[in-house]
Amino acid sequence: METIELKINGRKRTLHCLPNATLVEVLRDQLHLTGTHVGCDTTQCGACTIHVDGCAVKACTVLAVRSDGSDVMTIEGLAENEASHPMQEAFKACHGLQCGFCTPGMIMSAVDLVNKGCALEPSAIREALSGNICRCTGYQNIVAAVMQGASEMQEQSS
Amino acid sequence: MYQFKVHKADKLSTALDLFNASDEPAYIAGGHTLIPTMKQRLSAPSDVIDLATIPGLDAITLVGDTLQIGAMATHAKVAASSLVQEHCAALANLAGGIGDRQVRYRGTIGGSLANNDPAADYPAAALGLGAQIVTDRRTIPSDTFFKAMFETALEPDEIIQAIHFPQVDQAVYLKFPNPASRYAMVGVMLTRTAGETRIAITGAAASVFRAATFETALTADFSVSAIEAVTLSAETLNTDMHASAEYRAHLCKVLIQRGVEALTA
Amino acid sequence: MSGSLIGKRVLRKEDHRFVSGKGRYTDDIQLVGVTYAAFVRSPYARADIKSFDVSEALAAPGVIAVLTGEEVVKDGLGGLPCGWMIHSKDGSEMRQPHHPVLAADRVNYLGEPVALVIAETQLEAKNAAEMVMVDFEPLTAVVNPATASQAETLYEAVPNNVCYEWELGDEAATDAGLAAAAHITTLQLTNNRLIPNAIEPRAALAEYNSGTDEIILHTTSQNPHLVRLIMTAFVQIAPEHKLRVIAPDVGGGFGSKIFIYSEETALAWAAKKLGLTIKWTAERSESFLTDAHGRDHVSEAQLALSAEGEFLALKVKTIANMGAYLSTFASAVPTYLYGTLLAGQYRTPAIYVEVDSVFTNTAPVDAYRGAGRPEATYLVERIVEKAAAEMGLDPAELRRRNFIGRDQFPYQTPVALEYDTGDYEASLSKALEMADYDTFATRQAEAASRGKLRGIGLSCYIEACGLAPSQVAGALGAGVGLWESGEVRVNPTGSVTVLTGSHSHGQGHETTFAQLVADRLGLPIEDVEVVHGDTGKLDFGLGTYGSRSLAVGGSALSVAADKVVEKGRKIAAHLLRTDVDNIDFDAPVFKMLDSNESKTFQEIAFAAYVNHDYPSDELEPGLAEKAFYDPLNFTYPAGTHICEVEIDPDTGVVEVVQFVAVDDFGTIINPMIVEGQVHGGLAQGIGQALLEQAVYDDTGQLITGSYMDYCMPRADNFPDFKVGMTCTPCTHNPVGAKGCGEAGAIGSPPAVMNAITHALGGIEVDMPATSEKVWRAVQTMRTLKTA
Repeated sequence: METIELKINGRKRTLHCLPNATLVEVLRDQLHLTGTHVGCDTTQCGACTIHVDGCAVKACTVLAVRSDGSDVMTIEGLAENEASHPMQEAFKACHGLQCGFCTPGMIMSAVDLVNKGCALEPSAIREALSGNICRCTGYQNIVAAVMQGASEMQEQSS
Repeated sequence: MYQFKVHKADKLSTALDLFNASDEPAYIAGGHTLIPTMKQRLSAPSDVIDLATIPGLDAITLVGDTLQIGAMATHAKVAASSLVQEHCAALANLAGGIGDRQVRYRGTIGGSLANNDPAADYPAAALGLGAQIVTDRRTIPSDTFFKAMFETALEPDEIIQAIHFPQVDQAVYLKFPNPASRYAMVGVMLTRTAGETRIAITGAAASVFRAATFETALTADFSVSAIEAVTLSAETLNTDMHASAEYRAHLCKVLIQRGVEALTA
Repeated sequence: MSGSLIGKRVLRKEDHRFVSGKGRYTDDIQLVGVTYAAFVRSPYARADIKSFDVSEALAAPGVIAVLTGEEVVKDGLGGLPCGWMIHSKDGSEMRQPHHPVLAADRVNYLGEPVALVIAETQLEAKNAAEMVMVDFEPLTAVVNPATASQAETLYEAVPNNVCYEWELGDEAATDAGLAAAAHITTLQLTNNRLIPNAIEPRAALAEYNSGTDEIILHTTSQNPHLVRLIMTAFVQIAPEHKLRVIAPDVGGGFGSKIFIYSEETALAWAAKKLGLTIKWTAERSESFLTDAHGRDHVSEAQLALSAEGEFLALKVKTIANMGAYLSTFASAVPTYLYGTLLAGQYRTPAIYVEVDSVFTNTAPVDAYRGAGRPEATYLVERIVEKAAAEMGLDPAELRRRNFIGRDQFPYQTPVALEYDTGDYEASLSKALEMADYDTFATRQAEAASRGKLRGIGLSCYIEACGLAPSQVAGALGAGVGLWESGEVRVNPTGSVTVLTGSHSHGQGHETTFAQLVADRLGLPIEDVEVVHGDTGKLDFGLGTYGSRSLAVGGSALSVAADKVVEKGRKIAAHLLRTDVDNIDFDAPVFKMLDSNESKTFQEIAFAAYVNHDYPSDELEPGLAEKAFYDPLNFTYPAGTHICEVEIDPDTGVVEVVQFVAVDDFGTIINPMIVEGQVHGGLAQGIGQALLEQAVYDDTGQLITGSYMDYCMPRADNFPDFKVGMTCTPCTHNPVGAKGCGEAGAIGSPPAVMNAITHALGGIEVDMPATSEKVWRAVQTMRTLKTA
């Protein structure tokens, strides 16, 4: 067992994990943060997307021990002070989800692409979401949600 | 994944010592090739040696005319680097088209080159731009670096420190992605330096290669018409469920033509 | 107030938990003392099992038990049954090989489970699974469905690997139509094999309580009651009342989570046998190998036309691949969900179809979004479009000449179905307008100036949803009736709990059903809660498939809500000391006629539970009503899809540049949710046309075993879809709804492929239209042009 320290959703945690544990396994199994999902085993589907040190990463492909000292944010930590994050609200408002399984990863990617200044027009958003697979929505309402969530994020920060 | 130990190296020499003291060692950079293969139990190292903890390996600098990119620079960092964009926009574009957004934050140029996946983009960049691969012990020209599928000139314990890209006059990278994996089904890096054309092709064969016949024709006359009659033999190219060798050969030519058009526009 | 919620874009009640990471999917459930299972699978498509040696695995760290196919035999477990009996044209019953929970002596497809290892941790279970030594003796596999009936026989009980040779329609009349034709269009095509790929992999968590002898199985199911029925009545792992099946949040199904699989069954059996709580979650690679695949038809067809373009007859011969075993509904898909739809939207007077279903050494094939209807639509709409091209007619005009007119309903087709209503011309006209069909030539010329080949393709689909009625379905071989249950349970404070046998795994039932009931009772939607997916809470239900939920499950709730109103009127009459005939329900108020007196819904609810002066011979306390709704007929959603593509002739890359879908789903409760269903269906249908295919090699190894090779549609594969609606309400259910879940996947593939064929000047390619196939077709087209 290795001991690591992480800041998870704003709170410092000391964890013990096996060297071969992935970050998503630690989040789900030890911390019971089950909003981060696993949909594939080849780093393609993006259901496990979280933020590590401010960047969207696939938590299925990160060894937990290598995240020692990192600042991790999961879907559970996205909302501040109990109010939903604008991107979460936009996904609801635009019917940007159906079964909900890919949704946390999709939202974490969406927030990242807005934070990093991706062009906010449909084709750029579609390209920027190519690391997240959704089988339900046909993506159209997801794109609409990201557009709406982005403009609300920008309004909030201005 | 099977059991293994993770070692955090604080400097190159520690990494080498750890490597040589282990039964089945593996270096890990971004881990975005190694971890998936380990998860599928296709790879089972006893000891994983973390290079991310060695300081300074991800710097991007310009020394004279040479763009020096640290081996641990992520694809996202290379894509976003103003130095890279200014001195070799084609390289920044290539980096920005690898994998997907999330993968680009973790995957590294050194990891990609050391792995030499036949469908990876960076090998085309290194070979097409005539890069030098700087390791802990020597400098390897890209022309002798890529040996075969997943094989390079690196010794088992050798670590890439940086990649040095010389200034070229013009460069363009065109990728025809595999629709499923988004790796290159064919990727072409086409560059010009002092009238000389270099073309490196990835995705099409067992390992990245230079398209000599096209290079000769385009060095003589850099125009689409100059390569009208030039063809690439399909004999050594890959055939899989996504594309036959013949189709790949055709795509290589189409991408080269489009590259020439882009650079002459 | 009634009517105020129907047709409204009410935001989904379920979304908050999903966007905040609080959804509760099977693998999210954490139980104390849980152990983990890993399956040992066949590395061969076909092999004899000579022996098992589990000693090394049993000795491995953390291992609690190893169960093999031999224990399944010893315990006398039944096989996994197929629920629909099909008869061959000679009257004989379909042939069904025994489908074991774990194989004991022979494996018949790659990845078939032969043993499971249970250990303290997931890692230990997976490690030990590799230590189970199975002595396999590989045998030659039969992989190609087209030649399976001439290949080595796989099962003694199934000569020539033929499950059944089914027919429907009048062959003599069809042949007469062909003989009288001025023109005959012929078509050969394959309907490519697909892998459903719900993003949540299948999972199960089985608990056993030795104190009560009860098994609780949490699992990724579209119909938990059917899971319970089959595991208890057929496999016989426990008595039915000692198995509770819970399908919590489920991350997509598309059909693949209807079926009863080995893994979930084995887990429930093992939990009881070993007295353990056991969890298993499929890795994606296991999903690729063992989730039931979809489609996989090879067909040839002839369409006979008069000189004026009137359809005279359609004759179809299809070979359908069942895979290695008959999955739960597999036999019905290429027959009653396929052959019966071959009339499409047309008056074709004579139709004859023969379907040979065959076994191969591949994963079982069963219903996948659309199930039979996409295969029928693909065939009909491809051949109609081809006929138009051959006869030099506008494809829209040829369809119009043959449409069943809006005044011709109810319409009896020559392939068993009676369509209740529709207006095909309305959908076609609207779609043509939305697609700017008349100005296509301008866009084509503009594309040509950029070196692109532009094509346009139509598809006028019909489908049949809400399989019905039970009596007819039973006569056709269905193992169960096809009704649905619903309960409207009014709580004493006037809030309402709605219980439905129809499971939601993305369709938004928690909102749509709440809208329906809240509207009927005049309540705010916040006061209505929908409960589904738990055999411990609900009456028997038949689950979610075939776009049936609103048309059948919603109708059950509609009837139950009506019963609540009736009971409420009785309570109001009692309270107001009047006759029940004097009480009118003006939602949400019970009013006494010719008086100012009334009772609110809340007052009635409260009175229902707290009063103690009921005339007990006339009125029971309580306010909760159930309904079992058995539909009178199928419903028939229909519409027109129009696709425009641009092809890069140098590379063969196809881009969908415009997609218009106009659908008639009858009455719509929530247009936002309906449009979302259409978008999702279109993505799967366009995905089938352009990207997706499951490929096995000649030895039965799956080439497309991961997302590296199985091409999943991503956001950048599509344009924004243009979606429109027309409406002819269903005539025979109380909601007027027809179903919308599958239409997108049914209508779109032929629209895409017709557009590609159009762009290629009539050169045909099979799905998926990969860039290489299209590039080769461009070469052929150019050769033909210069010749």
